[in-house]
Amino acid sequence: MPDAETAIRPEDAAYPRLATMGLTGLLVSFAGRLDERANRAAVAFRSAVEAEGWADVEETAASLASVFLRFDPFETDLAAIETRLRALLDSRDWYAVGLPTGRRLWRIPTVFGGEYGPQLAEAAALAGRTSEEAVAELTAAPVRVLTIGFAPGLPYMGTLPAQWDIPRQTGVTPRIPAGALVIAVRQLIVFPTATPTGWRHVGQTGFRGFRPEAAEPFPLRSGDEVRFVPIAAEELADLRAANPDNGGAVAEPIP
Amino acid sequence: MSALLVLAAGPGVTVQDRGRPGWLAQGLSRGGAADVLALAEGAALLGQTEDCAAVEMAMSGGTFEAEGDLIIALTGASMAATLDGVPLAWNATHRLGQGQRLVIGGAKAGVYGYLHVAGGIATAPVMGSRSAHLTAGLGAAVGSGDRLPVGEAGPTRPGLGIAVADRFSGGTVGVVPSAQTGLFSAAERDRFAAATFTRDARGNRQGVRLVHDGAPFAATEGQLSIVSEIIVPGDIQMTGDGTPYVLLPECQTMGGYPRIGTVVPQDLPVVAQAAPGTRLRFRFVTREEALADLHRQGRGAARFGGAIRPLLRDPGDIADLLAYQLIGGVTAGADLDGEDGA
Repeated sequence: MPDAETAIRPEDAAYPRLATMGLTGLLVSFAGRLDERANRAAVAFRSAVEAEGWADVEETAASLASVFLRFDPFETDLAAIETRLRALLDSRDWYAVGLPTGRRLWRIPTVFGGEYGPQLAEAAALAGRTSEEAVAELTAAPVRVLTIGFAPGLPYMGTLPAQWDIPRQTGVTPRIPAGALVIAVRQLIVFPTATPTGWRHVGQTGFRGFRPEAAEPFPLRSGDEVRFVPIAAEELADLRAANPDNGGAVAEPIP
Repeated sequence: MSALLVLAAGPGVTVQDRGRPGWLAQGLSRGGAADVLALAEGAALLGQTEDCAAVEMAMSGGTFEAEGDLIIALTGASMAATLDGVPLAWNATHRLGQGQRLVIGGAKAGVYGYLHVAGGIATAPVMGSRSAHLTAGLGAAVGSGDRLPVGEAGPTRPGLGIAVADRFSGGTVGVVPSAQTGLFSAAERDRFAAATFTRDARGNRQGVRLVHDGAPFAATEGQLSIVSEIIVPGDIQMTGDGTPYVLLPECQTMGGYPRIGTVVPQDLPVVAQAAPGTRLRFRFVTREEALADLHRQGRGAARFGGAIRPLLRDPGDIADLLAYQLIGGVTAGADLDGEDGA
């Protein structure tokens, strides 16, 4: 993977790019690959579209490097939406925008290795590290929530240093538990539900990323920072018992 | 409040409505009925809003008992249904009196059958919908011992039928180009449009796998190096080995496999209702053609106006209610009380 900061330049004429998705969607792409500036552009542009409050846009979502808009194909004049989108795109340099406001820094207690992270050593070896070095690197600095998707409340977090550009495994692990921390392609995920995955399982948290019964079902937001705090295996059960949703995780506003 | 008691249920029985739109940014797909047309047909038969929830039955139904007097409608994949042992017409409304027992068997064609109740299934909504979204861990399958509360019914009647076009045996479905169609060469797209696929045994509310005799389909830019992108139901994605999957309402919201196009929403029920072994073909259409087709079909209850008629029964053939035919020219005021098989 190329360096995240230089992969796509704003002067790349191919982006931003508009395309339809089915009869009900439009996609505004800011890059053709994972890229930090394109990700920030997508998050900011989605906020801007939401702020416009266009009556014919039923839903928006930002992914790693693009913004999706859903509309009603019966009622909508697609060309009119495209015109407004282009004007909004031209109104500023979206690649140069900062991070959104209202972000939080989460600290999530995590057990690394052992039965709670059976592939830690394997993932570390692919990055050229010992297990101890890997834990130190993965917990040294926060990662950012780049997007939420695939499954409800599932955060793609990154971008990790280049040595963590490790591939997904060819096979699929049939089931890893809810709260599992997995790693691949310079990103981390905490799975909100038990799931099969091709990512490598390196740790375990007590964090629930999807709380359907709660007033706020999705605790994490794109742009939030997450720092994983290593704990001993025997601490996890107590943290979970004391707080079944957060498993000891705490959030503070980022000024 | 009246209710539908569940005495037995097949493994794929769930409560479904039009789903839970608006959570795409949080990773939750809309879900809802796999065949939204069947949901609308049931609402039209019962004269109620399409927002009412119904019981969706994948491949096989169950045994239900009425608590209170209910009017029900049966739509979607045709299944063998009996009321206290007497066969019931599909695509029709019936009275289910207090304590009467409805037995719904396996699908004769198609996958998803629907049991609607006048007033709608009134389980507690979660995040704005009654739909079970099992992939997301929302709700649960309907099982033996469940009591499904029923809402307040408006004016409705038994003995109505709806004429439906066959969407239960595959055929050719329309596909519009999508954001990633250009990742496939023109030759590869032509080969895709010329192929005849068979719906594989692997398939569920998330999507169905398709198999064919030819070579796998590959994107020009490489199958495994595409940035994960938003998915819409109907997207046809090529997995790592070049096998197409058509994604359905309970799909993941984001994926990294390239998509050759998107099945138009009006044809998606044909894909959802294709049972394993059913043949499917794809035809690329322009956005304009697909929209014109959508407008021609219309939406809301008005589109079914002419298709809903009283059921005609041969008085000499009372036991065989499956022999009911739909006839034209009968006024809506015709007295059909007691002709519902109750």
